[in-house]
Order: sequence, then C-alpha cells, then structure tokens
Amino acid sequence: MSTPIKEPALTTGDSIPRQRGSKRTPGPGDRRTEGLTLNVFSHGFLILWAVLIILPLLWLLLSAFKTDAQIGGSALGWPTSWSFDVFGRAWDKGIGDYFTNTLIVLAFSVPLTMLFGAMAAYVLARYEFPGNRLVYYFFVSGAMFPVFLALVPLFFTLQRFAMLNTYQGLILVYVAYSLPFTVFFMHSFFRTLPTAIHEAAVIDGASHTRVFFQVMMPMAKPGLLSIGIFNVLGQWNQYILPSVLMQPQTSGESEKYMLTQGLIQLQQQQGYATDLPVLFAGVAIAMLPMLVVYLSFQRQIQAGLTAGTMK
Amino acid sequence: MRKGQNRFIAGFLLAPLTLYLIFVIWPYIQTVGYSFTNWTGQSPVFDFVGLDNYTELFRDDVFRTALWHNILLLVFIPVVTILIALFFAFMVNVGGRSAAGGVHGVRGSGFYKIIYFFPQVLSLAILAVLFQAVYRSDQGGLLNGLLMKMGLVDANSPIEWMNDPDLVLWCLMVIIVWHGVGFYLVLFSAAMQSIPKEIYEAALLDGAGRAQTFFRVTLPLLWDSVQTAWVYLGIVAMDMFVLASTMTPGTGFGGGPDHHGEVMATVLMRNFLYFGKSGYACAMGVVMLILTMIISVITLRATRRERIEF
Repeated sequence: MSTPIKEPALTTGDSIPRQRGSKRTPGPGDRRTEGLTLNVFSHGFLILWAVLIILPLLWLLLSAFKTDAQIGGSALGWPTSWSFDVFGRAWDKGIGDYFTNTLIVLAFSVPLTMLFGAMAAYVLARYEFPGNRLVYYFFVSGAMFPVFLALVPLFFTLQRFAMLNTYQGLILVYVAYSLPFTVFFMHSFFRTLPTAIHEAAVIDGASHTRVFFQVMMPMAKPGLLSIGIFNVLGQWNQYILPSVLMQPQTSGESEKYMLTQGLIQLQQQQGYATDLPVLFAGVAIAMLPMLVVYLSFQRQIQAGLTAGTMK
Repeated sequence: MRKGQNRFIAGFLLAPLTLYLIFVIWPYIQTVGYSFTNWTGQSPVFDFVGLDNYTELFRDDVFRTALWHNILLLVFIPVVTILIALFFAFMVNVGGRSAAGGVHGVRGSGFYKIIYFFPQVLSLAILAVLFQAVYRSDQGGLLNGLLMKMGLVDANSPIEWMNDPDLVLWCLMVIIVWHGVGFYLVLFSAAMQSIPKEIYEAALLDGAGRAQTFFRVTLPLLWDSVQTAWVYLGIVAMDMFVLASTMTPGTGFGGGPDHHGEVMATVLMRNFLYFGKSGYACAMGVVMLILTMIISVITLRATRRERIEF
C-alpha cells in the first residue's frame, strides 16, 4: 500500500504552478479564495444532508412528547408538556416484552454465531484438506440471496421440528443466516494472523483445539469485535425472519415478538387506537441501544462493514 | 498427528455446516422443488404440476407489475445512491485541498461520516414507522407540514404521498437512498483513502482541477468499490419487502394503492401466507433467485475494467 513518504515541500499552496485556462483555477495567488468559495459550496451540501438525516429523527423524538391532537395538527408545532410518562406507557404496551425477547434471543444467537463462524472460518483458512475451497464457497454463497426466497420451506422446516414461535428455533435460524458473512469475514482475518506463534504452540504440545481457543481466538480479538458488532446490529434489526417464524401457532399460545416485529405490530394497532405518541416513544426506546452501540463503536462498525464489502 | 488433524477439522466443521445446511441451503433447494407443485402449505398432499406455476406467473398481471417495479428500483436506487455517495465522499476526503498542504478532506469530515452513517444501524422497521409519520397525508406529516409552511402546498389538499399511485414507489426509493448513502460514503471513503497521496499531488502539479481530479484520478481508481456497491444495492432493490409491506396501503402485505406500490416480495408473501399458494410462491422465489444471479453477473461483467494496481 502507500508508503510513508516525506511531504514534498512543493505542495504548499501558492508555489504550485497553475495551468492557464483551466476553468476552476483562476491563477496563482487566488488559491485561498477559490478554496473558500468551493468549501462554502461543498459545506452547504454536506450540512444540508446532515440536516436531512437528523431532522426527521429529532422530529419523531419530539412527537413522542406531543398529544395525539398535536401530532395530527401542525407538524411543526412544539410539544407543550415534557412528560416522560409516554415512555413508561410504551414499555407497558409491549415494548418491554419485545425488548426482553430480543435480548434473550441475541444473548444466545450472537455468541453462537461467533463461535460457529470462527470455528468454520479457522479450519477453512488454516488447514489444507480436500474440498476446502468447495466448503468455503458453499458457505459464502449464502450471503448472495435475499432471505425470504427460502422463507416458505424454512417455515415448514421449523414446523416439522416444532420450533415455530420458540426462542431456540429463531436462535438457530439467526445463527445459520449469519454464518455466511461471519465465515467470510473471519476467514480473511485468520489468514492474516502469523503462523509462527501457531507453530510454537504446537511444538509446545498444544492440541489443535487448544491452539484455537487459547492462541488464535485471543489474537483474533479485533476481528471478532468487528464482526460481533455487525452481528448484533444485523440480528437486532432482523424483521422478516421473526415476522414469519414468531407468530403464535395456536390461539392459546403467547406471542414472543421481537422488537422490530413488535413495533410494526404496534404501528398497525395504533392506526385504530390512535395513541401515536406511544408508538413514537417505542421507536425511541428501540433506537436508543443502537445509538449507544453505534456511538461507542462507530469506528469498528464502519471499518467492519466496509472491510466485508471489499476484496 | 495426521489422524488427529482430520478429526479436528471434521469436529470444527460439523456443527456450523449442519446448521447451515438445514436452515439455509436446504430451504433454498426446496424452494426450487416446491415450485413445480401445487402445494398449499396446509395439507401434506400435493401434486407435481410441472411448469404450470411458471406459466401462470407470467400471465399474472400483479406479478408482472411487481416485476416491473423491481426493475425500475433496480435502475434508480443504485444510480442515485452511488452518485450522491460519491459526491459526498469526494467532498469529505479530497474536497478541502485549498489550505496550506496537499490533499485532505473538508473540515469536520469525521463528524459528517458519523452522522451520515447512522441510518445504517437503524432497522428498516424503525424507518417504516419514521417515514410513515413523515409521509402523513395531512398537515401533521413532516413533508406536508413543511411544504405548507413554505406555501407550496395548499392546506386543504395536501399531497397523499403513500396513497398516490404515481408517488408511492418513489417515496419508498427515497427512504432506501436516505438509509444507504452514509454506508456507501464510508465505503468509498475507505477506497479513496487507500489511494496514495502522491497520485493526487502529481495531478495537482499537472494543474488538474477538482472535477478533472475526480473523473480522471479518483473514479477509475475507485471502480472496484463502485462495482461492489452496485451489486449490493441491486440486492436491496430486489428485496424491498419490509418497507413495501408495512408502508403501502392494502391488506395482506400492502402493495397498494391499486398495486402501484407492489414489489415481488409483497406478492410472494401474500400468495404464501394469505392465499396459501405455497407452490406458486416458491415459483416466484425461483424467478427472483434467477434474477438476482443475472444482476450480479451482468454487473460484474459490464463494469469490468482493467484493474489498476497501486
């Protein structure tokens, strides 16, 4: 990649010879003002997009503090009372349960995804055996297709195992559908780890399993962190899988909705019950953990997601 | 030693591979198999009907409309998202080169990246609720409210965003672009940052302007990432299920008004869970599977260029 080279002295603004006649470069000496106008121009667009991102989110948050009448009134009105009751109401209306359900599922599905994904990726990345490439491509190809293409048979597979509307069913499905990307990501990560330490551990008499858990896994921590956050985000935000697989199958069965699914459910109910502030408060509650995770790990998230899309 | 190694490999692959086969690969294969049957899903009995589902599919007006919508989205979503993301990525990384030294981004570029990327971590369900409120068809909606304030829309006849047959699809597209730009900005930024500074400096010395730098230097070196982005956005455009099914009017996974908001995914789910036509729904799945593959192959071939190493 790019080699660290001493800054050439030439790059200081004014000393660069400019070509005459090129449109945006009036001539030497004008560089500062040119940069200024163009920066105003680019900043204008950048700020505009930032506003377009923040404004709707902020507006929605404010709407949680409004009354139904105010929400139906003018969109630009300011809430009159700042009562946090609405968040409690939203929690009781089901958000609390959905939140817990999602936490329960993720508490198992994320660690399992990481373990299985890392195991498969490790073996595929560092051991030669017949069929290695085949198994690898087999795993990775699963990331190519939208989930719902397989939804019809998947539904009946789970029905056969009596795992519809159960946590364990959804956990296994989440793990299975997270494997392609996890294997792909960890595969390239394990390849970059040095072999010397591995060999040293083997000479010291460590078994393959031991090398994996006590040498390779600790070395792979940065990679595991990136893909771990990615899986948390992906599984927390999953909507199609739970909305098909987590429906009460008999009338007596309790619902175990995930957060995203519950929000949509709530939205459809609120269409009739007209308690929109509760819905918006629910969205705020659902958004908060993601905001916290994002702000604390935004570097890893951005690095992890982009690393996954680049060869 | 050798034997132990084989047992270790098998042991490590067993659990992941089994899970993956049962819940991912097998359903995909079954989709193909069921697509040749008249299976309803409820009864265990079903017959092999050959290509009947497929011939019915191509006579099905709703499905054809949905297919057409997906193709429309397939063209517009990648183009719009990539153009905006490229523009911003260039601004953020190379835009502020005026000051004392070399090439760098505008001030506050890190801040912009954080803000822009945020929609990416929100679930589409949250976006559905959010934009449902934004697109409200009275003055309580953010868009209508703003437009009325500016005097562009009459308060008595607000724009019915999601109920207008001509607007509904574009409204969905805007959400996807809003959601995606930040991610592709970061993706392109990473690619831009791996371009050696010396290349920019050389261009600068040769007197290249900003536009020239972008089209002659940055874009060719970024081509790989643009291509990847295209494939990813193509897959997004094929999907669209969450937004279309929750935001468009109509019973049984939306698709309204009058099928103007229909995408293939909503038609598939309606046939599967509402009409109980599982075999028919599977045939749709197969068509989408094939389309997805075609898109990937076309994109990768059409955009193939001489790879530039640096």
